Amino acid sequence: MEYTFHFIDVWTNRQELLWGAWLTVQLSAVSMVLSLVIAIFGALARTSGPKWLQVLVAAYVEFVRNTPFLVQVFVIFFGLPALGLRLEADTGALIAMVLNGSAYTIEIVRAGIQAINHGQVEAAYALGLHKIQTFRSIVLPQALRAVFTPLGSQFILLMLNSSIVSVISAEELTAAAQDIQSRTFRSFEVYIVTIAIYLVLSISFTAVFATLNRVFFPRLETR
Amino acid sequence: MRSLNPGDFIFLITAARWTILLSLAAFLGGGLIGAGIALLRISSVRAARYGAIGYITLFQGTPLLLQLFLVFFGTDMLGVPLSPWVAAALGLSMNAGAFLGEIWRGSLQAVPKTQLEAASALGLHYFPMMRRVVLPQALRIATAPTVGFLVNLVKSTSLAAIIGFVELTRAAQLLNNATFRPFTIFASVAVLYFLLCWPLTIASRKLETRMAAAYKR
Repeated sequence: MEYTFHFIDVWTNRQELLWGAWLTVQLSAVSMVLSLVIAIFGALARTSGPKWLQVLVAAYVEFVRNTPFLVQVFVIFFGLPALGLRLEADTGALIAMVLNGSAYTIEIVRAGIQAINHGQVEAAYALGLHKIQTFRSIVLPQALRAVFTPLGSQFILLMLNSSIVSVISAEELTAAAQDIQSRTFRSFEVYIVTIAIYLVLSISFTAVFATLNRVFFPRLETR
Repeated sequence: MRSLNPGDFIFLITAARWTILLSLAAFLGGGLIGAGIALLRISSVRAARYGAIGYITLFQGTPLLLQLFLVFFGTDMLGVPLSPWVAAALGLSMNAGAFLGEIWRGSLQAVPKTQLEAASALGLHYFPMMRRVVLPQALRIATAPTVGFLVNLVKSTSLAAIIGFVELTRAAQLLNNATFRPFTIFASVAVLYFLLCWPLTIASRKLETRMAAAYKR
């Protein structure tokens, strides 16, 4: 095996790679926030909406969770334009990320809501809180606290999955890597460095989630 | 450009067998690696534990797509060209090994410590203890999450399409290039994946409820 590594080509293109990493962070962060917002409403609909809405949300969650993200990207980016809805690559990527992310997040938030003792809700009603007030200030905060850790893991998976949107040439880290690879033919070096960047990103996101967890949900006093 | 005909759907369905075969290959390979990782992860040797943790962090903390790129394009550059089929099976196995390793470590550790103490008090050595006492119990705990992971594995095989292995997703792309009916084709493929994955999801859920009920007693 006679192969000389040439990381110099990666180094000269470091700006493009770092810019790609920044776009991945942006795309992932926006998708996470939008997924969480949709998931809160979705989980509410799934647990206490009218029957038809519950079935609809459940069907959406099941379908998304049992099909590959790559195929979802293809349906959205190639399929929708054929039906008359034209999308930019970056918009298509964001829509795919949010639709995918929210399906998993709905399931997680729903588990959190259902884990709450019903006595809490009854106590809130007894204190005169409305349905919406009860959900917003009693149920939701406790549900989010309970599922914060799995939520974080799911969001990191979402960030890693964002590499797949490179197939529709949306701009992010993997697309940048492929671009550099196609110009320099240094695939091994480029992909090794890109993998290292992703590793740094997931470790950083893990640290950010741990910090957010401590800030938003400080440990309860033990009774 | 030609139009879609019923034969095209047969083509897609037959391409799905490659998705199934690739899933099975990756499950076998991933199972072997995962078993090794799980054992290293709970080993009493510190270096073995850290090695396993490093492996898991690397494969769970980076995108599978990049792992496949590295196996496929990287080995080619280093002078060991692999076919897309071998590269996909190898990359998916290494990735699955990390996830299965974590699942199985959890299952092994869920076996109460007193069981191990009782086994060694009865004079059982490592291997008999593992085989007769720990594994039978850990296996029951591991079944539901393992089946659940299979769903992920089947979905992951779609990424083999990007390195050119003709399975279900790649077949759909080829068909779309010839007929340009993207919505019909990709939606049908999504339904086919759903038909592959949903029974596994249901099975995993059933197993989980059964386990939970068994442990309540």
